[in-house]
Amino acid sequence: MKKQLQELKEASLSAINGADSIEALESLRVKFLGKKGELTAILKQMGKLSEEERPVMGQLANEVRELLTASIDKAHEVLAKKQLSERLERETIDVTIPGTPVIIGKKHPLTAVLDEVKEICVSMGFTVVEGPEVEYSVYNFDKLNTSEGHPARDRQDTFYFTDDDRVLLRTQTSPVQVHVMETQPLPIRIVSPGRVYRKDEVDATHSPMFHQFEGLVVDKGITMGDLKGTLNTIIKRLYGEDTVTRFRPHHFPFTEPSCEVDVQCFECGGKGCRVCKGEGWIELLGAGMVHPKVLEVCGIDSKEYSGFAFGMGVERMAMRRFNISDLRLIYENDLRFLEQF
Amino acid sequence: MLLSREWLNEFTDIKATDKEYCDAMTLSGSKVEGFEIVGEEISNVVVGQVKKIVRHENSDHMWICTVDVGKSEPLIIVTGAQNLHEGDFVPAALDGAALPGGIEIHTGKLRGVESQGMLCSLKELGLTVHDFPYAIEDGIFVLSDDPELKGSMKPGDDIKAVLGLGDTVVEFEITNNRADCLSVIGLARESAATFGTELKLHTPVVKGGAGDIKEHLSVEIIDKELCPRYTAKMVKNIKIAPSPKWLRQRLRDNGVRPINNIVDITNYVMLEYGQPMHAFDYACVNGNKIVVRRAQQGETLTTLDGNERAITPDMLVIADASSPIGLAGVMGGGNSEITNDTKMIVFESANFNGTSVRKTAIALGMRTDASGRFEKGLDIMNTIPAVERACELVELLGAGEVLDGTIDVMSGEYKPVKLQLEPERVNALLGTDIEKDFMVRVLEKLDFTMNGDTICVPSFRQDIEHYADIAEEVARFYGYDKIVPTVFKGAATKGGYDEKQSFERSLSSLCRGMGYYEVMTYSFGSKSAWDKIHLPDDSKLRNAFVIQNPLGEDTSVMRTTSLPSMLDVLSTNMAKRNMDVRFFELATVYLPLDGSELADERSILTLGSYGKGESFFTLKGSIEAMLGAIRIKDVHFEAVSTNSAYHPGRCAAIYSGSTLIGVMGQIHPLVCDEYGMSTDVFCAELYVREMTGCTAGDPTYKPLPKFPAITRDIALVCDNAITVAALTETMKSAGGDYLESCKLFDIYTGTGIPAGKKSVAFSLTIRAKDQTLTLEHAEEIVSALLDKLEKVHGAVIR
Repeated sequence: MKKQLQELKEASLSAINGADSIEALESLRVKFLGKKGELTAILKQMGKLSEEERPVMGQLANEVRELLTASIDKAHEVLAKKQLSERLERETIDVTIPGTPVIIGKKHPLTAVLDEVKEICVSMGFTVVEGPEVEYSVYNFDKLNTSEGHPARDRQDTFYFTDDDRVLLRTQTSPVQVHVMETQPLPIRIVSPGRVYRKDEVDATHSPMFHQFEGLVVDKGITMGDLKGTLNTIIKRLYGEDTVTRFRPHHFPFTEPSCEVDVQCFECGGKGCRVCKGEGWIELLGAGMVHPKVLEVCGIDSKEYSGFAFGMGVERMAMRRFNISDLRLIYENDLRFLEQF
Repeated sequence: MLLSREWLNEFTDIKATDKEYCDAMTLSGSKVEGFEIVGEEISNVVVGQVKKIVRHENSDHMWICTVDVGKSEPLIIVTGAQNLHEGDFVPAALDGAALPGGIEIHTGKLRGVESQGMLCSLKELGLTVHDFPYAIEDGIFVLSDDPELKGSMKPGDDIKAVLGLGDTVVEFEITNNRADCLSVIGLARESAATFGTELKLHTPVVKGGAGDIKEHLSVEIIDKELCPRYTAKMVKNIKIAPSPKWLRQRLRDNGVRPINNIVDITNYVMLEYGQPMHAFDYACVNGNKIVVRRAQQGETLTTLDGNERAITPDMLVIADASSPIGLAGVMGGGNSEITNDTKMIVFESANFNGTSVRKTAIALGMRTDASGRFEKGLDIMNTIPAVERACELVELLGAGEVLDGTIDVMSGEYKPVKLQLEPERVNALLGTDIEKDFMVRVLEKLDFTMNGDTICVPSFRQDIEHYADIAEEVARFYGYDKIVPTVFKGAATKGGYDEKQSFERSLSSLCRGMGYYEVMTYSFGSKSAWDKIHLPDDSKLRNAFVIQNPLGEDTSVMRTTSLPSMLDVLSTNMAKRNMDVRFFELATVYLPLDGSELADERSILTLGSYGKGESFFTLKGSIEAMLGAIRIKDVHFEAVSTNSAYHPGRCAAIYSGSTLIGVMGQIHPLVCDEYGMSTDVFCAELYVREMTGCTAGDPTYKPLPKFPAITRDIALVCDNAITVAALTETMKSAGGDYLESCKLFDIYTGTGIPAGKKSVAFSLTIRAKDQTLTLEHAEEIVSALLDKLEKVHGAVIR
C-alpha cells in the first residue's frame, strides 16, 4: 500500500505538472482526489491493514493528499494567471480609434456672448427683464428725450406699423428702461437683452435686426463714479482683470453726462494696429447718467434719485470675440459656422 | 468734420504734437477718428528748372530734359510730356522719391537713355486743376505758369513747401448735439478749453461804400416757423476769378473743392463759422425781391447740380417775385447760379428749421454740406457775423464792392437760456469733489457768461438746457478719467431670471444635449414665406403686423410662424452639403392681440433635422425626452392630417392633458420642393408659453418595489389601422395596477402576417405592490388582458 501511495504521488505530480489548462487540472483533481478517485480507492484498503500500520499509512495518505491538493492549487494559480494574461493580450485594442460619436449641439455665438454677460450681471444683483419689440413710439423715443423731428424717427431709419408712426419696431432696448422705471419699485437694477431693428440693408457690418444688451441702475445717490466702477467690473470679468478701459464724453439723448467706453486694444496693447484701426482703443459700449428729464417722465423724483444706464451691441461683441469678419454669417446659420463656437 | 491745424492755429495757438492733440480732444469730448498729413506720401520731390530740351533719339514722343534741381550738376530726366519749354519750373521727383499711391521713383533707362528722376503732373502729386487752376491735367505741372508761385521759388526747393502741403488734417466725429463744432471756430473753442490756450476770435470789418442794399433788395419771410431768420448782404462789380492759393489750400485741406472766388468764399465761411451761405446772381432775382415761402403745388426747381426737382408744399424755398430760386438750406437753383458773367450778387445767411431741411433733403435724395449742418439746428445769432465775414473776404480778395447795410429779418427776439450753477448737485451726480471755481473757469472758457451763480448759455450751445448738461461740461474738462470708480451702495437686489427665461434656458440646454445646434434667424416674415409653407389663405396666421416701410417683400411683416425661418436654415445647409443636421431656435412670433396695438410676442421652440438616422421617431424621441426632462404632465400625441406644411400621414399634435403644446412631423414633400430640398425633413414647433403652464410640481417619492416582477413578451396580430396608443390604452385598463409597464419592441408586417394586418410586440412587466406574484396569478392577468385586446380590437396572440 505504501508503494501504491508512492506510485500515485509520483504519477499524479507528473500529470499535474503536465496539465496545460485549468479544465485539465480540474479533471486531474477529480481523478486523483475525488470521491471516486484513485486516492480514495487506495484508502479503501486500509481495513486490511494491521492496527500498527493503520496510523502510519493514514498519515502517509494524508501527506499525499495535502501535497497533491497544494500542487493542484498552485498549478491552478499559475494557469489562471497565464489565462488572464492571454485574455488581456487578446482583448487589447487600438485606443487611438475615435470614440463612438455623441453629438452635443452648441449655443449660437450671439447666445454664447449674451449668456456670459447676463451671468456676470445676474451675479452682481441685476434682474434680467425683457420688453416688447413691437413698441409705441412714445416708449422708444418721446420718453427717452428724443422728440418729434429727431432724425432717428425718420421713416428711412425706423420701421413703422401705423400711418401716424405711433407703433414701431423698437430701435433700441432702452424702452424697457422706461417700462421698468414706470412700473417697478425702486431701487432698480436690471439688464435687458433683446432684438432691435433699424432700417439698414444687409451687408458685412449692417443688419436690419440686431441685438442689444442694456443695463439700468436707479437709486438714491447713484453717481458717475458708480457707473465707472460697475462697468469696469463687468468689462474686467468679460475680458480679463488686466483689461484697461477708457471713458470719454459722448452724446445720447437719454443720458447726461454721457460717455463711450473703450477698451485698450487686445491685439496691440494700445500701440495702434489693424484691429483697432490705429487708435489703440476699441469702442465697447455707450453709457451715461440717466437724464433727469427721463427720470421725471417716468415719475421718479430726480432731486432724490439718480441712475446710470449702459448699452452694447451684442453682434459687435461676438464678432470681436470670435474674430467673425462678416455679420451675415451670424444669421446664415451654416452648420460649419455654428460648430465652431 | 475735417479740421486743418493751420487754420485752427489762427484762432488758438496749440503746440501739441498731432497725436497729443488728437488724444486730448477725444478725451474732452471731440472724438477724433484719425488724422492725416497732407502730402505725407510725397518725399524727395523738389522744384526743378528745365534748362534744355532735346528730342529722344529712339522715340518720336519723348524728350530729354536737362533739369536744374539746385545741385552742382543738373539732372538728365526723360519725359513723355509735350507741354514743356526751356526755363519752366516743374516738380522733379529725384532718385528715391516717393509719390502718392506708394509709387517710388528710381533712376532708370528709358529707351537707352538714363533718366535720373521724373517730372510730375498734378495727378502724380495727388492734386487736381481745382487746387491749381493755372495748371493742366494732361501734362507736367508747370509751376511757373501760376502767377502766385512764379518768382517765389528756386530750383531745389522742397515741393511740399512751395505747394503748401504738409498741414495736418484732423477728422472729428461730431455728435448730433454739437452743430457748433461743425466749424473751425467751434472746434477752436473746444481746443482752447482743452489745452488752456487763449481763443482769439476775429470781428469782421467791412469797408462797404458801394451803395445802399435797401435800394436793390427786399426780403419777406412768409413761413416764419421754417425760417426764423434771414440775413442778406450784396456785392456789386463782381470779378469772378480763381481764389488765391491760401484760400484754395484751406478748402482743399478741409475736403472742399475750390471753384471760384465767390463760391469759395461761401464755403470758406461755412467751414469757419459753421453757417452755410449761399450766393445768388442778383440779375436772376426777379422783382428785386426774395420771398421765403413753402413751395407751391406743382412747382419745380432745377438745382445747381442740374437736376430738375419736383418740389412740394412741405418744402421751404427761396423765391424771387415769381418763382423759386433755391431750396432753402439744401441747394441753390441753377437759375440764379453764379457764372463768369455775374456782376452783382446777394449773399444769403439764414437760419432754417432743421427738421424741415432734413426732410426736404431726404425726400429729394440730396443731402449736402449745408443741409447736414442745418438739420442739426444752427445758432440763430451766427447769420450776421458770417455774412460780414463773407463780405470782408470779398474785399480782401478784390472780388467786388460791398453795398452798405444788411437786410436782416428775424421773427421774435432771441432769449438766452439761463441756468443756476449748483456745484453740490453737479458733484453729487458725478461723484466728485470739484471746486466751484474750476466749474466757473470751464464754463467761461466755453464762452458761457456768469452773473453770480447764474449761467447764461451762449446762443451756439442749444444742447445746454439742464443742470445735467452743466455737469457734463464740467466733467469733460475735469476729465472722465479722474472720476474715481466706486461701487454703488443701497439696498441689495436679488437679481436673476424670470420663469420664462429660466424655462427657455433649460430648453436650450436640453436641445443642445440632444445634439441640436442653436440657430438665430430674423423676426421678419412675408406673404411669400406663408405661401411656401402652403399656409391656407384663410389661416389666422396670415393676420400679421405689416411693416409700412419695409426693406423688401421678404422682410415685410413680423413673422407669425417660425417654420419658414427653420426651413430656410435647413435649405441653406442642404445647399451647402452639410449632410446630417439638427437645429433648434427659440424663435419669437408676433401675433395680433385683441384690444391691443402691440403684439402678442410668443416664443416658439422650433426644431429641424434631416440626414442619416433622422426620422419622425428620432425627432419624436427627442421631444419626448425633453418633455420628460422638463416634467410636462400627461403628454400624448395625436395624428394630424390637416396641417398643410406637414406630411398628412406623418404629423402629430402634441398635448399635455387637453392643452395643445406643439406640432411635429415630417415636412410635406411639396413644401420641401418649395425650399429646394430633396430629402426628408423633420420639424417641430413647441409653444413655450403653453409648456410653461403644463409642468408638474415637485415630484413625490414613490417607494421602490419590494416584490419581484414577472415579465412577459407578447406579439399581437391586429388590423393595420389600430394604433399602438389604442392597444396600450386597452392593456393599461385591463392590466390595472398590476401592469407596471408595457413597452413596444417590434412592429412587423410581411411573411406570415395576413395582408392588412400587422404584428405588434410588447414587453409587459407585471408586479404586485404587496406580495410576490405567483406564476398562475400572472397568467390570469395576462389572459384577461389578451381577452380584452381581442374583444376591443380583434387583436389575437400570434
